[in-house]
Amino acid sequence: MSRLTALKTLVQRFSFLLLLLASIALMMFGKIDPVLIEGIRAHVTDAFVPILDAISRPAATVAGVVETVVDISEVHRENKDLRLENASLLQWKQVALRLEAENNSLRGLLHYKPEPGATFISARVIAAPGGPFLRDVLVTAGRRDGVRRGQAAVAGAGMIGRVVEVGEWTARVLLITDINTRVPVMLDNTRQRAVLAGDNSDQPRLLYLPPEAPVAVGDRVVTSGDGGLFPVGLPIGVVSAVGDHLVKVQPMVDLGKLEHVELVDFGLPGGLVGEADHFSGVR
Amino acid sequence: MTVSVWQRLDQAGRSLAPVAVTVMLVLLGMVPLYLPCYEDVAPALALMSVYYWAIHRPDLIRPSVAFVIGLLQDTLTGAPLGMTALVLLLCQWVVVSQRGFFLANSFVLLWVGFGFIMFGAALVQWLAFSVLELTVVPLEAALFQALLTLALFPVFAWLFIRVHRAFLKEL
Repeated sequence: MSRLTALKTLVQRFSFLLLLLASIALMMFGKIDPVLIEGIRAHVTDAFVPILDAISRPAATVAGVVETVVDISEVHRENKDLRLENASLLQWKQVALRLEAENNSLRGLLHYKPEPGATFISARVIAAPGGPFLRDVLVTAGRRDGVRRGQAAVAGAGMIGRVVEVGEWTARVLLITDINTRVPVMLDNTRQRAVLAGDNSDQPRLLYLPPEAPVAVGDRVVTSGDGGLFPVGLPIGVVSAVGDHLVKVQPMVDLGKLEHVELVDFGLPGGLVGEADHFSGVR
Repeated sequence: MTVSVWQRLDQAGRSLAPVAVTVMLVLLGMVPLYLPCYEDVAPALALMSVYYWAIHRPDLIRPSVAFVIGLLQDTLTGAPLGMTALVLLLCQWVVVSQRGFFLANSFVLLWVGFGFIMFGAALVQWLAFSVLELTVVPLEAALFQALLTLALFPVFAWLFIRVHRAFLKEL
């Protein structure tokens, strides 16, 4: 009994030190066994979904109202711009239709095996934790809806990130601007391969681009499909700045204003999806 | 004089106020606000709360409580597990061990004290992240976050003072 009391006093006295060591140990453990930590995270996050969902709705409503007011003030100018854009897009549509027909007939000649069709899972963004060192969002779709680790997340015109953690009801999407993101990409016009790497700024960088490779501001950057994680040709952004050692890419989508995202299952085997399945099989 | 069960319950509920406020701020801090560039500098709300309560009611924000709240925030935000726990724990410890300095009579001194804590927290976070990622992550965002948090501190301090007076006055 007295020994127990002594132990209790000892723990109380050194509680700060113990907790300090515990937090450092946890950080290191998270690096060593990220899969276990992810599982725990997913469960806790699931438990907090109702609250996060409820408090994110008024924020979305307010943002919607503000946006409407801004829209109304710009409606005339925007209308004029859109008419012009529409005229040029109609021409493009004709071109696209002609190319599609041509493509179909050529594929018919070649007995081309089409890629497996993609399925989309729509989800609402309920939390954007933020902070200076993280770029991720929580969305309301989870394992029940068919979300798997490694799936690409798309919003509007382009890819915004990939699923890194899946709970029953929620999934965490790591944005392409996060410092931990690496996506195999290529320049659309030259087919030059590179890796898109986030650095926590608004504009991720292109890595491993040969110094002599021609790259210009305005070049489109799309996924290259290397590694089998993402399909080929998913648009990500456009080159926004070219320096001596630094090529910056402006994402297609404004990542600060994500309201809904689509998680895309391309039915591709392997990649992170396969890896995750492997891990869960081991457990 | 005997204390009835209801009085005890009431007491317990009241003494939970600091924790409840802090957890609420953790959750509120995650709401997507759709403001341009906001997420990079989203203020550290939980830190403000731990700072305030550690000064005024250190008996209600123990190191273990700060640790658990930090863990919760790490879990929900996707930060490396243990990082916010470390920051909140250090904040609690510094404030409690130097309480004489932080327990100021004027609001301005309270604010200045928070400035020290905030920039210290930014540095700790930056250091922890740099070590974990094995690279030097940019410090600017952390400093801007610190400035924004510092600028918003009076608003939240007002809230804490209101809660303090409403729930914990007679204790």
